[in-house]
Amino acid sequence: MCEIKNTVLHSRHLALGAVMSPFAGFDMPIRYQAGIIAEHNAVRKSCGVFDVSHMGEIFVSGPDALGFVNHVFTNDVSLERPGDILYGMMLYPDGGVVDDLLVYAGFTPGEYLLVVNAANIDKDYAYLLSNSEGYDVRIVNDSDKWAQIAVQGPESEAAVCNVLGLGCASPLSFYTYTETEKDGVRIIVSRTGYTGEDGFEIYSTPDVIISYWDRLVEAGIQPCGLGCRDTLRFEAGMPLYGDELSECISPVMAGLSMFCKLDKEEFIGKDAIVKQKTEGTERKLVGLELSDKAVARAGYPVETLDEIQIGIVTTGYHSITLDKSICFALVDSRYSALGTDLLVRIRNKVFPCKVVKKRFYQTKYKK
Amino acid sequence: MSKVLEGIRYSESHEWVKAEGNIAYIGVSDFAQSELGDITYVDVPGEGEIVTKGVEFGALESVKTAADLVSPVSGKIIEANGSVIDAPELINQDAYSAWIVKVEMSDPSEIDTLLTPEEYGNIAK
Repeated sequence: MCEIKNTVLHSRHLALGAVMSPFAGFDMPIRYQAGIIAEHNAVRKSCGVFDVSHMGEIFVSGPDALGFVNHVFTNDVSLERPGDILYGMMLYPDGGVVDDLLVYAGFTPGEYLLVVNAANIDKDYAYLLSNSEGYDVRIVNDSDKWAQIAVQGPESEAAVCNVLGLGCASPLSFYTYTETEKDGVRIIVSRTGYTGEDGFEIYSTPDVIISYWDRLVEAGIQPCGLGCRDTLRFEAGMPLYGDELSECISPVMAGLSMFCKLDKEEFIGKDAIVKQKTEGTERKLVGLELSDKAVARAGYPVETLDEIQIGIVTTGYHSITLDKSICFALVDSRYSALGTDLLVRIRNKVFPCKVVKKRFYQTKYKK
Repeated sequence: MSKVLEGIRYSESHEWVKAEGNIAYIGVSDFAQSELGDITYVDVPGEGEIVTKGVEFGALESVKTAADLVSPVSGKIIEANGSVIDAPELINQDAYSAWIVKVEMSDPSEIDTLLTPEEYGNIAK
């Protein structure tokens, strides 16, 4: 196992009294002194700032960049204009997921930025290299050079424009980005996030990101840890790689096949996805709502009313926004229809639950 | 730095016990609540349930995790604290006034086997 790394904001987290924990090879803040509930509510009601410098940045360029990215990525980058961002996955030939990621279409034609999960940076980079034979492309893992913060919540536009002076953020629609420059330093501002709220992700050098973080915190923006990052993305129905997507959990099983463009001529894993869509999969990811306040945690069994196990919880919380106990679970597809009554086993007691839509919280993006 | 209250006893699993005759009030320490973070659910059996020293009898759920409650003494639950069950955040606000269950002890001498505040202060950091 490699050494635990620090992000460039590590000393800030310690100074703020954060509870730290290793995540994806980085020593990351789980929560600050306000606590997960207050941080979560700040993002839903006003604004919060996250250190997401652990995320990976891989640049792909060259004459064959478009064809290559379309070969390894499930979504269709030929539809992107410069400044557009697409969500999708990289797959194994059997439809298992290498990673889920964002692809930023460069303002210089033939340039793409792939933003990948921290835990998968090395794996993704190796996957890209090993699948690049025959393509005239340059693949550069620049993850260590870039720092990143996410500013999220209904007041995030005001914070980014007024506190950071990034007026260029204001005209952006969701899933687009722009680039600016300060003293020759590149700054990428994108209207994206992982919370279900309007928000921005800002990429730049460590120096710029540290100064942005300090200004936002001094302006009273709530620093937010990975604890509420998870409760927020979960309420908004978004998967976390490793829990709801993995080598064994395909986009079809996770209900994300709309991000696999089957009208593309080919991409790695396409045949498997076509087959899964046609024939169905044995398991499916569902949302479950409990009638009790007990919390269904990852790994807890999901059972039929006859107490026969037919699935397993992948993420579960007492929802902070909705004040009810909900979870994602991977279940036998025969029990995945909305409204199906099931049981979750918590500390050896069973609790009734019902299959509901995975998007528990109505997301509030800027169109 | 978490607070250790004088005049009560502690278990290694971070429960506190305040004895009044053969009645024991049981809660969790300030250290435990600060490690757990925001507590959202208290899962404890009701009146009449038998508890045994060193054996799990319920759980606390925080946003991120669930932690077993282990009984520091043996006896019978005579009351679960309804205020704390209704508002688990009371444990975060003041762990030492938010007792969780009241137990009629079958062997009050078990109290003497528990950690003193000084001993507990050495492990709760």
